[in-house]
Amino acid sequence: MAIDKKNMKVVNNKTHSLDGKALMQGKGKYTDDLAEQNSLVIKILRSPHAFAHIKSIDVSEAQKLNGVALVLTYKDVPHVSFSRAGQGYPEPSPHDKFILDEYVRYVGDEVAMVAAIDERVAEDALKLIKVEYEVLEPVLDFETAYENKSVIHPEDGIKEMFPIGFDPKKNVAASYEMHVGDVEKELAKSDVVVDETFYTQAQAHAMLETHSSNARLDMHNRLVIYSSTQTPFHMRRIMATTLGLPVSKIRFIKPRVGGGFGGKQAFHGEMFCALTTLKTGLPSKLVYTREEVFGASYTRHPMRIQMRIGAMKDGRINAIDCRSLSDTGAYGEHALTVFMIVGSKVLPLYNKVDAVRFGGRVVYTNHVPAGAYRGYGAIQGNYALESTIDILAEKLGMDPKEIREKNSMKEKETSPIFEIMGEGTKGTAMIMESCKLPYCIKRGAELINWNKNWPRVKVSDTKVRGYGMAIAMQGSGIPFMDMGSCSIKLNDGGSYNVTVGATDIGQGSDTLIAQIVAEELQTSVDNILVYSSDTDLTPFDCGAYASSTTYISGNAAWRAAIKMRERLIKEAAEYLGEKPENVEFDGKIFTSKDKTVSLYDLSVQWLYNKNLHQASVTESYFGHVSPPPFMAAYAEVEVDLETGEYEVLNYVTVTDCGTTINPMLARGQVEGGIVQGLGMACYEDVKYDKKGNLLSNNFLSYHIPTHKEIHKLTSEFADSYEPTGPFGAKSVGEIGIDTPPAVICNAIYNATGVRVHTLPITPEKILKGLKELKK
Amino acid sequence: MLVKFYLNDTLVSYDVRPDEYLSETLRSHGIKSVKVGCNESTCGSCTLLLEGKPVMSCSVLTASIENKHVTTIEGIQEEAAKIAYHFAEEGADQCGFCNVGYALVVYALKKNIKNPTDEQINDYIVGNLCRCSGLHSQLKAIKAYLKEE
Ligand code: FES
Ligand code: FES
Repeated sequence: MAIDKKNMKVVNNKTHSLDGKALMQGKGKYTDDLAEQNSLVIKILRSPHAFAHIKSIDVSEAQKLNGVALVLTYKDVPHVSFSRAGQGYPEPSPHDKFILDEYVRYVGDEVAMVAAIDERVAEDALKLIKVEYEVLEPVLDFETAYENKSVIHPEDGIKEMFPIGFDPKKNVAASYEMHVGDVEKELAKSDVVVDETFYTQAQAHAMLETHSSNARLDMHNRLVIYSSTQTPFHMRRIMATTLGLPVSKIRFIKPRVGGGFGGKQAFHGEMFCALTTLKTGLPSKLVYTREEVFGASYTRHPMRIQMRIGAMKDGRINAIDCRSLSDTGAYGEHALTVFMIVGSKVLPLYNKVDAVRFGGRVVYTNHVPAGAYRGYGAIQGNYALESTIDILAEKLGMDPKEIREKNSMKEKETSPIFEIMGEGTKGTAMIMESCKLPYCIKRGAELINWNKNWPRVKVSDTKVRGYGMAIAMQGSGIPFMDMGSCSIKLNDGGSYNVTVGATDIGQGSDTLIAQIVAEELQTSVDNILVYSSDTDLTPFDCGAYASSTTYISGNAAWRAAIKMRERLIKEAAEYLGEKPENVEFDGKIFTSKDKTVSLYDLSVQWLYNKNLHQASVTESYFGHVSPPPFMAAYAEVEVDLETGEYEVLNYVTVTDCGTTINPMLARGQVEGGIVQGLGMACYEDVKYDKKGNLLSNNFLSYHIPTHKEIHKLTSEFADSYEPTGPFGAKSVGEIGIDTPPAVICNAIYNATGVRVHTLPITPEKILKGLKELKK
Repeated sequence: MLVKFYLNDTLVSYDVRPDEYLSETLRSHGIKSVKVGCNESTCGSCTLLLEGKPVMSCSVLTASIENKHVTTIEGIQEEAAKIAYHFAEEGADQCGFCNVGYALVVYALKKNIKNPTDEQINDYIVGNLCRCSGLHSQLKAIKAYLKEE
C-alpha cells in the first residue's frame, strides 16, 4: 500500500547527511588514517611489459637491504586462482587471477611485493629485484583478440564457476547470446532499417581517495583489515577461500571511503597486506599511488556496439539487434555481467518490439583490466541505442522525442528481456509498477524548451546551439542474489543503535538508513546511531554495487524498523495491560485509552528494573524484482563551427527513482553521475602507446571535469512511488551516468550535422566531420 | 633537520628529512585531516593555507617553511562548519575526501577577494578536484557561504 508522501516527516524531507559536517571539519577517518603508526609499508614491483613470462626472478639483494621485512614473488604465495571482483558466490567472473603469477599481462601487472619499514626503503628494494622476462607478443587491439595466436591466459588452474562462455584459449573471458522472436524476419519486414556501429572508450574511475588497505593481528591472532572497499563481506569470503583461512579468522572494516564508483568493488592490495601481516606478525599498509590507480586498478570496459533497428513508417519500432564486443583487459573481472547489462538495462526501454536479439563476446587484451564502473555496461549500451534512435527518427522524419514517446516503456508494462537476462544467469520477470518515463520526457522537454529550440538555434555565423536528448533506465539491485540486513537495538533513554552491512562510500547510505528507521519509529535522525560495514559487528550486506543500497539495504532497514515498532507496541501493551491493537505509539509515548507510558521510561526499566531484556531485532531483505529507475535527459550545447569546440550550457534531467528518501542526496547522485558521464562523453580517455604503456596516468594527462567545464545542471524528479521499495523508493546511484554520451552525440549532430561514432566526442572529431560535410 | 613553524598559531618544531613534503610531515605527526589524493600537485585534496594563501602541501618542502604560518582545517573549525552547512543545503557533499581542501580554499577566497565573480570563484577553486559531486551544486554552496556576513 502506498504511503502518502505528505505524511512523511523525515523520509522525502531535507535532511543533512549525518557525516557531512565532520568530513568538512577533517574529522572523517579514511582507511590510511587508521593504519597502525608502525605499519610496514608495502610496495609492488610492476611489469614494464604488456605481456611477458618471468624467466627468472632474483630477490636476494632486495631481501638483504636494511629495513626490508619481506619480499614475495609468485613462488611464495598460494597458487589459487580467484577473481578480484567483489561479487556474490559463486562469482559470475572467471577465476583467472593469481595473487602473483609467472606471467604478467599488462604494463603495471604485479611482479613482486616488498614490505619495509618505510616507503623509501621499500622503493629502493624494488629497484634491487632482478627479473628476466621473456617478452611475448601482446594483444593491444581488442578487435583482433579473438583467436589471436597470442593467448593471454595459457596457464592451467583457471576456471569458470558456472558456464559463462569462458574460452581462454581463444582469449574469450565470457560470451553471451539471447533472442526473442525472429529478428531477421522483423527487420526484413520493416520500412526503415538503420545499422550503426559505435565505439566506447576505457574510462578511469579517478576517485579521489586512492585504493588503500592495512592489516594487523588482534590479540586473538585474527587478521583485522581496514579497506577502502565497496564490498567488505565479499572481501572476507574471497580472502578466506584464496588464502585458505577460516572466515572466522578475518575481520574487514570499511571506514569512510573517498569515492568508489565500482572501482572499489574489487581487491587492490588487501591480499598483500594480509600476507605481509600473517607472515611477519606485524601491521602493514598499502596505499596506491595515483599512477597505480590509473595504471594498475580498473577501467571501464571499452566496447564496440552495433545496433540494427527496424521500424515502420508510422514510427513503430519492430526489432532491435545488438551485437557487442567488450575488452576486459588482462583479467575477466565483471566481464560477463557488465556485458549483459549492455542489453538487459538498455534494450527494455523499447519494449514494444516484436523481436530483439543481443549477444557477442568479452575478450582478453593486454590492457589494464576492466572492472565494475558506475553504469556497468548501461552507459555503453545507452550511447549506441540512443544515438541510433535519433538516426532512425531522422530517417522517419520524426521528432526524436515523439519516437521515444511512442515506443518507450510505460507503467504496468514489461519486457521479455527481464525474465531472460539476469546477472550472469537467468533473470526475473517483472511488471513496471512505477514508470513515469512519459512524464520525464514531457517535463524535460519543457525545461529545455524543446519545441522551440530543437534541433538548433543559430547564435552567430560561427556559433550554433544544438539540442539533444536521450532516455535511460537502470535497476535496483540483483533479484534473489543481493541481500542486505539491519539490526536495531533500543538504548535506555529511547535512542536506537542501527547496524547495517550497507556500505557507505560517500553516497550517503548511512544517512538514508537513519532516515528510513527514524521515519518508521517516528523519531528524528539524531536519535538513530548508525554503524555500518564491519564484518565482525554488523549483519551481512552484499555491498554497494548494482544500485542496490537504497532498495535492498533500505528495505532491510525498513523491515527491521517495522518489526521494532511492533515489538515495542506489544511490550508496551503488556505493561499497560491492554491489547497491542489498542495501543498507539507516536515515537515517544504509548497510549491506550487513558493510560500512557513513555518509551523513555520503558527503555530504562527494561535494562535496569522490570521485565529485564534487550529489545532488539534483525531483518534481512532480498529483491524479488529489480525496479528500474528511469530518466529523460536533454542538453543545450553550443558549438564553435570554426574550432569544433563546444560547451554544455545546460544539462536537464527528470528522474523517476520513486520516492527520493533524501532529496538532496538523490540530486547529488544524479548530478555526480551526469558529470562523470559528461567526462566520458566529452574528453576522458584512457590512452596507451603502441607498446601498451599507459599514457593517461595522472590528472594532467587524464582530464576529469572541473568547475571550468560544468555549467548549469537542471535536475528534477518525477512524483513516483515504487510499491516494493522502502517508502516507495527505487535506486538512484547509477542512472545519472547513462545518458550524457548519447545526449551530447545527438546535440552535436543537431548543431552541426556531424555524427560522432566514437567516444569521447572531441573538437577534432567534430572538425573533421565538418570538413567532410563541406566536400 | 629541525624545522619550526606555526601550526594554527602554535609554534611547533618537527624533525624532518630535507626532502620531506609538508603533507607527509603533518600526517606522520598525526594530523590526518590532510588528505593526499595524488601526491603530485594535481588534485588539491592536500590544500593548506601557508601565510593565509592556499598551497598544495604535497609540493611544499617542510624545510622551506621555517617560521611561517600554516593553517589546517583544525584552525578554521567554525568556518568549516558553516561551509558544510551550505554544502549540505545544496546536496554538494558526498564522500568528503575533497572537502577539507575545499573548505580551506573557499575560506581563503572569502578572506582574499571581496565579492568575487563566478569566473573568479572558478579560477580560485579549479585546482580542487571532486569526482563525486555535480560541481554545479558546490558552486551554489560556495556562493551562499561567500554571501554570509
Ligand atoms: S595530494 Fe597534493 S595536490 Fe593532490
Ligand atoms: S565529495 Fe568525493 S571527491 Fe568530492
